[in-house]
Amino acid sequence: MTLLVTVFAAIISTVIWYKHAPQDELKMGTLSLIYWGASLMWLVDAIFEFAELKSAYFNPAPADLLNELFLGLSVTALGLLIWLAILLLKDPRGVVRQALKRSAKPQ
Amino acid sequence: MACFIVPTLEAIATTAATRAVRRRELASLPAEQAAATGQPAESGSAKSEAVIPFSRKLGWLNKLLWGGSALLAFEHVWHGEVVPWFPFLTAAADPSDRAAMLHEMATVGVSMALLVTAAWGFMLLAAHVLEKRSNRAQADADLTRSQAGGLS
Repeated sequence: MTLLVTVFAAIISTVIWYKHAPQDELKMGTLSLIYWGASLMWLVDAIFEFAELKSAYFNPAPADLLNELFLGLSVTALGLLIWLAILLLKDPRGVVRQALKRSAKPQ
Repeated sequence: MACFIVPTLEAIATTAATRAVRRRELASLPAEQAAATGQPAESGSAKSEAVIPFSRKLGWLNKLLWGGSALLAFEHVWHGEVVPWFPFLTAAADPSDRAAMLHEMATVGVSMALLVTAAWGFMLLAAHVLEKRSNRAQADADLTRSQAGGLS
């Protein structure tokens, strides 16, 4: 479930990046790469788990499924937080820099 | 258990490599261009050729590895496998768990690093094909323009 949620996040962020390309003011490319990296890593995890559990891998207990869903959503939120931090630190539109300059001006 | 450590180590190495490559690319640029941009511009052997700098391509791998490792590390915190006190990995405290952890790092961790690097390899290949196609289209357009100029 975590893999599924992350893959959906990766696809949505990639579509948004593609829609605005070649402009990448919002650094959507970075967000999509974060999610794709995590998706690939969870894919490997899933393959190893499937090799161990066989068909039982596709029949998780409802409580496990819910836990995995919460984890997937939390991971998506963490990815968004990392992306937001990168966006504000790099500040490609200069908005934060301008705001800081304005507030630093003597009254 | 601690599979995310392998891609994290690769991310540290590729980040260091990116910095070294970027420094070399900046050094090869004319001084005023390097000072103006602060980063390597799209470069090429011919005037009309557009090539994405290798440092930027390495940046894609960095983002894949750092992003994936960070989110995976969070998953380990969620499952109680990473704790904020020494030795930080619960499996590292027990010798029998330690062996299982090292085995997981050698199998799952290495596979993760390899798959992400392979995906980046495909991205490089796609970028190379697109660059070639774009340069060929540009060259054709230049040729057509020069022929039209020669006829008039």
